[in-house]
Amino acid sequence: MSGFAWPSFNLLTQSILSGIFVGALYGLMGLGLGLSWGLLRLINLAHFAFAFLAAYLCYQLAHKGIDPLLSLALIVPLFFAIGAALHWVMARFALTPFSSLLLTFGLTGIIESLIQSIWTADFRKLESRYAEMKFKVGELFVPIPELITLVLAVGLAFAIWAVLRFTDAGRAMRAAAEDAPVAAAFGVNERALSLVLAGTCAALASVAGVCVALLFSLAPSQIYAWIGVVFAAVMLGGLGSAWGPLVAGLLLGISESVTMALTSPSWAPLVSFTLLILVLLLRPGKAGT
Amino acid sequence: MKVTPIAIVVVGALLATMPWLGLPPFYDSFLYLVLSWVVLATSWNILSGYAGYFSFGHGAFFGAGLYTTTTLAAKFNWPFLWTLPAAAGVAALLGLGLGAVVFRVKRVRGELFALLTLAVTFVLATIVLNTPIDGGPGVYLNSVPVPPIGPTQAGTFYLLALGAAVGTLLIAWTIVRSKFGAGLFAIHDDEDAAEVLGVPTYGYKLGALAISAGLAGVAGGIHALFISYVTASEVFSITVPLTVVLMSVLGGTRHWAGPAVGAAVITVLLYSFTAADYAVAGKAMMGAVLIATILFMPDGILLRVLRLFGYGRRPPPVARSQDVMGSAAHREAVPKEAPALTTEVPVVVDLAAADSVVVAAMPSPASAATRAAAPITSRGSSDVLLRAHGLSKSFKGVKALAGVDVEVRAGEILGLLGPNGSGKSTFINVVSGHFAASGGRVTFEGREIGDLSAHRIAQSGISRTYQIPRPFAHLSVLENVAIAAMFGGATLSARAATDEARRWLQFTGLEDKATARPDELNLHQRKFLELARALASRPRLVLLDEVLCGLTPSEIDGAVALIRRIRDQGATIVFVEHVMRAVMALTDRVVVFNHGQLLAEGVASDVMKRPDVMTAYLGRAHA
Repeated sequence: MSGFAWPSFNLLTQSILSGIFVGALYGLMGLGLGLSWGLLRLINLAHFAFAFLAAYLCYQLAHKGIDPLLSLALIVPLFFAIGAALHWVMARFALTPFSSLLLTFGLTGIIESLIQSIWTADFRKLESRYAEMKFKVGELFVPIPELITLVLAVGLAFAIWAVLRFTDAGRAMRAAAEDAPVAAAFGVNERALSLVLAGTCAALASVAGVCVALLFSLAPSQIYAWIGVVFAAVMLGGLGSAWGPLVAGLLLGISESVTMALTSPSWAPLVSFTLLILVLLLRPGKAGT
Repeated sequence: MKVTPIAIVVVGALLATMPWLGLPPFYDSFLYLVLSWVVLATSWNILSGYAGYFSFGHGAFFGAGLYTTTTLAAKFNWPFLWTLPAAAGVAALLGLGLGAVVFRVKRVRGELFALLTLAVTFVLATIVLNTPIDGGPGVYLNSVPVPPIGPTQAGTFYLLALGAAVGTLLIAWTIVRSKFGAGLFAIHDDEDAAEVLGVPTYGYKLGALAISAGLAGVAGGIHALFISYVTASEVFSITVPLTVVLMSVLGGTRHWAGPAVGAAVITVLLYSFTAADYAVAGKAMMGAVLIATILFMPDGILLRVLRLFGYGRRPPPVARSQDVMGSAAHREAVPKEAPALTTEVPVVVDLAAADSVVVAAMPSPASAATRAAAPITSRGSSDVLLRAHGLSKSFKGVKALAGVDVEVRAGEILGLLGPNGSGKSTFINVVSGHFAASGGRVTFEGREIGDLSAHRIAQSGISRTYQIPRPFAHLSVLENVAIAAMFGGATLSARAATDEARRWLQFTGLEDKATARPDELNLHQRKFLELARALASRPRLVLLDEVLCGLTPSEIDGAVALIRRIRDQGATIVFVEHVMRAVMALTDRVVVFNHGQLLAEGVASDVMKRPDVMTAYLGRAHA
């Protein structure tokens, strides 16, 4: 245990900034997860495996000289198709939320082994021209990969929010989530919409995965490291909400990195889970459905 | 009689000879792992399989036990065997503490409970890692002596795990066969309905979690010395909860032996992959097995196999009916008329306007009323059985009940009328304890019941039906009714409750549906199942919430006759209904609610002629 001491103002603001960046990634990861849970009633643990698979693909493509951001053009459609295919299977068997959790856990195990057999269990780090790019604002360092993540997280949350709120398809999705048979009676093609939505969620996972590849070293076991804190962000932010996971993710990211600055890094996991437990118990109406 | 526990012990004793057969120590260690997983999976299933509260926090309890043993043995030099009860105790206390908080919040069910327990695992890991319990580098147990139970060290661990496995399986079997188990299965299907039938859901969940955690703690304690080098990241990894879930789901969560079967299958499969240097493929295989199980065998291997051999559709959580009928000790509890009646045709259905025939064909009401053991007749000192005084209930500002005073007199049928949304169902929900009142008092037989939880109210002699029937979907019709007899006012043993349940199935004409599942019944039969459940606890007050709604005219006639016979047995009835014909025929008195307030009270034929009542029902034009 490291002793408790007030860090300098500079250290504190720098850690808040890094909290914002990692929190944006929590939010980006949680966006697709929460949409799937809230609107499709499927809890997709494989969301994290998708993200890592995309991260490794990005790593592999970068090895071949393809820019990580350009590789999105290939990765996003691919994962859209994978997500839609998975949903097709789950819809066919009419899984309950809990069965979907178990099934996608099994899928996560398969993807983890797949990654491990292709890329081994060792850590891999994506080398890209963004890696060393950063600029300075006053005393603060702003690294470019982190900034890309933040921009993507905010931009995608805004896009999803706008689609859900202002388009017919978005309204139909929300109606179908509320009451599928009634929505169908009003002419909503619930099956087609949910395939699109599931594909979108997986595509969002792949974008988050590319950001993971930009920011962190990759190892198959790391898939599980994200589950707890991202679920915390989703439940804090509200299921099926576009902005919720991002806001909650930022909150978690900042409180984690401030905790790290104040005490020792090893206490950080306690922050998000304690927040989650408190919110679940004190304001259970907000979290979950 | 009790073949299963004897078989468990005999098999255990036979397996206990294994270390002396002189096999290579590898076998001891491998079987140790199998048995350790049997303990973990079976203990997980006690809460998560039976009561349906899927926990991803089993690793926390396993880890709590493991670190308890580690700390006591390595730092305080306790003898190893003495640390095991402590490991169980610490893990059980952790379970109790977690449950005491989590189970108070109604919404933390299903997926939320699963994820919350997962979070607890990580919180515990962080604490262990950052305190002197571990501190980061891990703890060595090399210097802790292994007690000389078996001929070798590996043999000792094998025997310890065997003992734990036999004990865990015996506990699991006992729970499945007990009233406790029946209550847990009821919670699994419909927790609210279980509570209203008298199941102390909070206490039962807490008990199940404590037992489950304690057993996992023992497994953890043994495992600490087995691995002899303990690190937090290994102990609190996601592996334990997920493997345990996989094993139980694969084997079958509704059978006491299901998780054990799953544990054996998975451990053997995993080992064969690891041994052949395909550990990675092993993980993928586990995933594939899990997916295949969820999609194609949601009930698990064990039940699938049992069904193949014709062992019925599933094991009864409640005592089997054959056992009951063959048991001399309980035969006297069955009214003499009942067995003779089993040959009669079910008469309630479709007997329009033939009340007298129905009554004659049913078990004589007198036989029930004269039975001293189960006084269904009210013996209150005053004439008033239930009194609601200024009862109110608000939902986020909407006043569903705005201070009503209602008296229910012993022995009457009181009709509770009013337009939709007038507060009738809310009244029933508040009186039965389903909702807590926002204000006012309710007394039953002179005792204040407003503050009691729903299961206490049920046990004190009030039962209810739901407007939309809420049977326990995975239990048979007979078991559904037996739950009510076990936990309601009469609180019978599991055996006697089955007898009692049969009686009430006869009474409602459902006896030939006893082994059916609720989803095989039509609406009319499900309504009668709801009635049978409400009556099986021998309540002195029955609250009927629109039992006739959705029935055909001839079915209504049958139901009206049935309700009259319930009253003839001495029960008092509050009857919420829109079918006016039935109200006129049945009620002694009616009260009319409107906008959550009492509008009128009196004899039905008079009250319904009053202009204000007609206005409330039909709108102003008719006034």
